[in-house]
Amino acid sequence: MVSRRLTTLLAAILAAALLAPSLASAQVEVEIRRGQVRAIPIAVADFTGDAIAVETAQIVTADLQRSGLFRPVSNSAFIERGANVDMPPRFQDWKVLNIQALVVGRVTDTGDGRLKGEYRLWDVVTGRQIAGEQFFIPRNTSRRLAHIIADAVYERLTGERGYFDSRVVFVDETGPKNQRVKRLAIMDQDGANLRLLTQGRELVLTPRFHPLSQEITYTAYREGAPRVILRNIMTGQEEVLGDFPNMSFAPRISPQGDRVVMSLQEGRNSSIFEMDLRSRRLARLTQSSAIDTAPCYSPDGRQIVFESDRDGKQQLYVMNADGSGQRRLSFGDGSYSTPVWSPRGDLIAFTKRVPGGFAIGVIRPDGSGERLLTEGYHNEGPTWSPNGRVILFFRESGGANGGAKLFSIDLTGYNERQVQTPSFASDPAWSPLLK
Amino acid sequence: MRPRLGSLFAVLFIIAAAVSLAGCDKNAPGAGLGLGAGGENYSPGSKQEFNGKIGDTVRYLTDSSQLTPEGQQILNAQAVWLRQYTNYPITIEGHADERGTREYNIALGARRAETTKNFLIAQGIGPQRIRTISYGKERPVAVCDDISCWSQNRRTVTVLEGGGSVASY
Repeated sequence: MVSRRLTTLLAAILAAALLAPSLASAQVEVEIRRGQVRAIPIAVADFTGDAIAVETAQIVTADLQRSGLFRPVSNSAFIERGANVDMPPRFQDWKVLNIQALVVGRVTDTGDGRLKGEYRLWDVVTGRQIAGEQFFIPRNTSRRLAHIIADAVYERLTGERGYFDSRVVFVDETGPKNQRVKRLAIMDQDGANLRLLTQGRELVLTPRFHPLSQEITYTAYREGAPRVILRNIMTGQEEVLGDFPNMSFAPRISPQGDRVVMSLQEGRNSSIFEMDLRSRRLARLTQSSAIDTAPCYSPDGRQIVFESDRDGKQQLYVMNADGSGQRRLSFGDGSYSTPVWSPRGDLIAFTKRVPGGFAIGVIRPDGSGERLLTEGYHNEGPTWSPNGRVILFFRESGGANGGAKLFSIDLTGYNERQVQTPSFASDPAWSPLLK
Repeated sequence: MRPRLGSLFAVLFIIAAAVSLAGCDKNAPGAGLGLGAGGENYSPGSKQEFNGKIGDTVRYLTDSSQLTPEGQQILNAQAVWLRQYTNYPITIEGHADERGTREYNIALGARRAETTKNFLIAQGIGPQRIRTISYGKERPVAVCDDISCWSQNRRTVTVLEGGGSVASY
């Protein structure tokens, strides 16, 4: 436990956070030099079996590539064709490609509505198998098969959990800037399987996942005020949380899934309250002549980070989950907002107002180690990948034709990429790994 | 959906104003009472008069919910008008510019709406007539990416509700 915490700490200091000392193969590991990641050269052989096998291998390749931690070799360079899960590959044919690891796989339609996925991960240098598995998933979730394999490869070669078998809920934006139509949308983390959840008849903002169930919470303008909604993604069933005289907004569900923390307006101020989802009892957590909002739990549910302008400008504060022990976290120039606790617990991501724009940054829960990852005209609303390695946020371009787009960035500040969406997109929230 | 209706009204109003301007004889008798700054002819006690002559919008400074002297002037005029025409319920919309984060801006817009509401109440407008709503940065009136637009978006808008156009003295 101590050594794991120490490792995490060290990793954060190195701005790298990716070490894997206990691997089956010591030859294959991600190396970090001066904060920059040296990607692992890897090959994903064409998968065999079902018609979707080739596409499956492509999805695995794309996942690994996008992470920035792997450098997949193009399959046009492959020498051995037909490498498969039934026998070891011809290692010499892969060694000459200067790769370190090889993934082979097979997809089989079981005929009962399921797909069987099989893969083997080989250390090309030593000729040893690092991992091998077979598993079954429903046929209609075929892309998950690829993401599960990509996660396994990622986990074995980096020593950290993967994040590819996960989804993102966000706000799809269309129409002119002064009359935006906003719809809730959900997609896989790679942008596939996009589905609109609402029709745009009401203004919707800031969706967030329930950590354990198929639910989201979000803010909607309903019956004349912003209100907090709990929605089942599968059935579409919705419930307004609480019946308050003024607006309620900025909801987030506790890691245990039993409580929702949110802001309630009280005259000129907004304070933070927690609602028990079973009893619907409401508990006040903050009371100040200020705007207290954007609350977010620590992964153990014991603490809450939030923003407040109680000392003038917006700053980050941390308190115990019962509201006690409130202390200021951020002291830098500029103003801080939208704090989000990493699932690893070691960092808090935030939006920071800086001269000329808005940046996405991270800070440790003790207030040390503040680091900005990306700056520009307007960046906002970070959310963490399930493994705490990647941050997704939205970047808004100004002007009449400007709008928000989703971007991902590695914790190190490298590997910034746009996540393609059909329309403008904002307020992303990353799900936990799917079950 | 109120903003869309509002802009529809605005369009209709502009058309109406243009038509009335085109055929307007400024020296015509009876034009005195409802004459706007630009010479528009408003029907007394109408929404058009309130929006065009008094002004429905009060601007705020960056990150501030303090009224400016200009803001107080407009709200004083609003209060005088609203005390005279008591048949309108009022919704005060609070707004923020795009140079802030979403949830904070919702709270900031609410704070501005409360400031405007409290000022009107202090000027004798019944609290039961007034409701507030904050749109944060979701409903800008100006969409360019410099200060000229942002300053227009930091605002409250006093929206007259209901169809009441009958003046009551």
